[in-house]
Formats: sequence, C-alpha cells, structure tokens
Amino acid sequence: MDDNNNNNISSSDICDGDSWVYSEIVKEHFFNPQNLLADENGYEADGFGTTGSPACGDMMSMWIKVDKTTNKIKECKWRTFGCASAIASTSMLSVMVTENGGMDLERASRINPEQIIERLGGLPDRKFHCSVLGHLALAEAINDYLSKRKNAGK
Amino acid sequence: MNNIYLDHASTTYVDKRVFNKMLPFFSHFFGNPSSLHLAGRITKQAIDKARADIAKILGAKKEEVVFTGSGTESDNLAIIGAALANTKSGKHIIVSKIEHKAVLEAAKKLEKHGFKITYLNVDNSGLVKLSDLKRKLRRDTILVSVQYANNEIGTIQQISEISEIIKKFRKDRQSPLFHTDACQAAGVLTLDVNKLGVDLLTFNGSKIYGPKGVGCLYVRRGTKLEPQIVGGGQEMGLRSGTENVPLIVGLSEALKLAEETKQQENKRQIQLRDYFIKKVLKSIKDVNLNGHSQKRLPNNINISVKGVEGESLLLMLDKYGIYCSTGSACSSTDLTISHVLAAIGLFPELAQGSIRLTLGRDTDKKKMDYVLKILPIVIDKLRKISSVK
Repeated sequence: MDDNNNNNISSSDICDGDSWVYSEIVKEHFFNPQNLLADENGYEADGFGTTGSPACGDMMSMWIKVDKTTNKIKECKWRTFGCASAIASTSMLSVMVTENGGMDLERASRINPEQIIERLGGLPDRKFHCSVLGHLALAEAINDYLSKRKNAGK
Repeated sequence: MNNIYLDHASTTYVDKRVFNKMLPFFSHFFGNPSSLHLAGRITKQAIDKARADIAKILGAKKEEVVFTGSGTESDNLAIIGAALANTKSGKHIIVSKIEHKAVLEAAKKLEKHGFKITYLNVDNSGLVKLSDLKRKLRRDTILVSVQYANNEIGTIQQISEISEIIKKFRKDRQSPLFHTDACQAAGVLTLDVNKLGVDLLTFNGSKIYGPKGVGCLYVRRGTKLEPQIVGGGQEMGLRSGTENVPLIVGLSEALKLAEETKQQENKRQIQLRDYFIKKVLKSIKDVNLNGHSQKRLPNNINISVKGVEGESLLLMLDKYGIYCSTGSACSSTDLTISHVLAAIGLFPELAQGSIRLTLGRDTDKKKMDYVLKILPIVIDKLRKISSVK
C-alpha cells in the first residue's frame, strides 16, 4: 500500500477485530486446531471414517479411540482439507466428543451440524451446508468401530 | 513485516499525484458541466481535457471516449448496448469462457431475451483458440468479446490477430463488432485501438492507481449502441447522469502516469515475478503455475498448492500481513471454483488450492523475499492439518 497516502489513519480506527469473516472461536480453532492427528503411523484407532472429496473443496478424516466398558469416546483425532470453517468445525467437533470424560457413542453419532455451529459462535450462512461435514466422518468412524467389534465377537 | 499488499489486480491505491489532481474538483470547482455559467464551463473544460488526453493514448477521437461509473458498467454497456442496437444484423454473440463476470453475466442476461451466446474455449494456458473463433463466427454474429488480459491468471490474448479474423469475416459489412475488456491491460499494454483493431474497449480507474467508481468505454465512430442509463443525455447520449468530474479527472491522470512509466515498470515487475515464480516452484513441492509462462501480465502470479485449500491459505497469509486472493470455491459467493481455472482444465482439487498474488508499483524484492519465507511455513502448517496427502 502507498505509505505516502496514510494521513496517520490507522486501520484499527476503521476496521475492528469483528470484521474477520468468522467468529473469534472459529479463528481460534483455525489457527490453533485441537486434537489434530500429527502422524498416523503407529496410531492405532478403534474406528476410522472419512467424508467429502478435495474436488468439492472439503475432505475430513477422523480417528477415534473408545473405552470399551463405558462406550465413551476417549480420543478423537482428525485431519481436514478445506476452508477455515471446515478446519475449525472439525476441531470443535473433536473437542465436543472428548470433553467431560468423553461422549457416549449413541449421543456422538447423533451430533448434527447445528450443534457444532452453535459452539463455534455461528458461521456465515453460505458456509452452513458445505463446511460442516465432520459429523459424517465421525458417524462413519463409530460405525467402523461397531462393525469391527461385532466381527471380533463372532 | 506487515501490510504486504499483493492484490493489485483487485484494486490499486490512488496515486498521490492523481489524488492531488482530483482534489480541487470536489468542493472548489464543483459546477455541473452542463451549466452554461463559468462554474459549469470550468468543469466542462476539465472533462474535455480528460477526454482528449485519454483519446490521445487510445489513438482515438475525443467523441469516441465515453465515461461511465465502472469497468463493469462499461462492459455492460458494450455487450448489452451493442446487442440491443444491432438486432437487425442478428442475435448471435461470441464471448470467451474466461471473460470477467461483467461480460459473462451481461451475455447471460441477453440469453434470457432471445440472444444466442457462443462461448469460446481456451487452451490450458488460457489462450483463446483462434481456429475455434473462425469456426464459430456466423452471418448473424453481431458481437465478439474477448478479454485483453485475464484478471485471474494474467494470460494476454492475441487481440490484433482476433480482430484480423473478424475483419476478414466481415468483408464489407460492419458486423460483427469486436469488444475487448482491457481493465487489466490498461497502463500495462498498448491501448492503441487501431493497432488492436477493436470497436469497443473497456477500462477503469481502480486498477491503474486511479479512483474507483469510474470507467471508460471507447466506442468507434459509427458503432451503434443502445444506452443503458438514460436521462440528461450526457456522454454523447450513451451514459446519462451528471458527470463525476473529480473521478474523470483522476482516471485520465492515472492513465497518463501509467503510460509514462509502463515500459520501465513492466520490466521491473516481470523480473520480480519470474524471480518469485522460479523460487516458489523450486522451494515448495507440489506447487504449479497457472496461466501462460510468457504471454502473461507482468504483475500476475497464480499458483496451485496441492493438498491445501485456497481460502485457508489466504487467511493464514493474512495473519502474517500478506494479502492475496484465491480461486477456490469456498471463497466465492456462489461456492463454485473459479470459472477461469475450470476453463483451462485445471483439476478441481488444484483449483481449490489456488492463490493469486499480483504485484504493484510498491512491491519490491524485499517484500517478495518475505513472502518466500512465510509461504512455505504456512503451506507446511496447512498440509499437516490436511487429509489430502
């Protein structure tokens, strides 16, 4: 920008932090994602699920570990290709299912996008349907876990 | 380092010299150019001078220069205005697939009103295929519109070759007309309308260090256009509304200044552009350049980064004070990937990971070196988050 033209006006006089396209919570989870799976080598998950495709702009993968006695999610790791809200919503979902000692599988499989968006402090309207897909990857991971357990029980 | 603005193809700052030229026309010389008294004659003369100065650069006559409210408005007037005024000759229009939305949406609007639109294909570098144009010209084709240089990938079209094809096809007729959207080319490439062989040419102020909210349409004498804004009959009856004197003066001054320095500035930007592209392709794996390697605007860099989504990349760079744009679907209002990147046949996942960096007069090597330092860090971070390997 032309530094000679600044007339001593600071950008913060005109544009405050709220102008960011997403909420503060989304921003926090985007820049500091929680429960990211750094390296899948050697990570033994009880269930794995993936949804979306890079061509569509969003793809999420999710790995879960389950406490077999309580049926609660102990760990939820993920990786996401997508925009800031896709990354933040997957991160938030992983927090939701692991906080307070973990969510039981029944409840976790019923989580819907609205609940995630509420916890994120809202999303722009046009991002509602495309960027919140993490619950589908999670549902797949839960199914994967359940079918593995069923097969093991045979 | 902060505030590294690399989005000059979106818009530029107003040059201080342009700004100073505009200033007196806000509160001091404020008369309506249509008024006969001195206050009006002063602003009338200012507009006349601006028009004459632009005409000189275009190699045109004064009366062929029409001021509008934006590049979009000029594009609309050229496409819709020419279509509606020339229906006697036909209702077929040809545009390229990589036109700016101001042209594409105008064409779409005409389609609803019974006009037939043919979209020209481009090759994978974004060049219109001349053979494709030859095949698609028809007796009832009334207008061809091909963008001079593309705003996303910077590809420069062979405008003179295209106008030759059209002239040969016309023979002794006036139809079809040829329009070019030169918003990205103004101040960079020649705007000589006779060399280019165009009947209509669009450019605006906001890309050439001039003000936003002002555009220009060159209209070759004898070209029939139906005005889209009617009223007091200003601008040779083609665009009514009291003339926006300060902005018109600013547009003219901005173009003059750009013309004076363009040779030197183009050379400087091309060097910086190619330095950056070479370094980026070498230092970061799975990155590719979109567009043409030579027939390219001096300030345009458009790359695709595998495994990373463009909006995320843009927002991460923004955090480091680097401002760019993206062709990814997530960042667009209609949630589809850039029509330009689709037209050049880029894989959708690579189009999702595209960013555009466009240099400006104040972009130097120091700034680009900073970007070269930050970009790999940001890409690495996003690739670690990404589920696409």
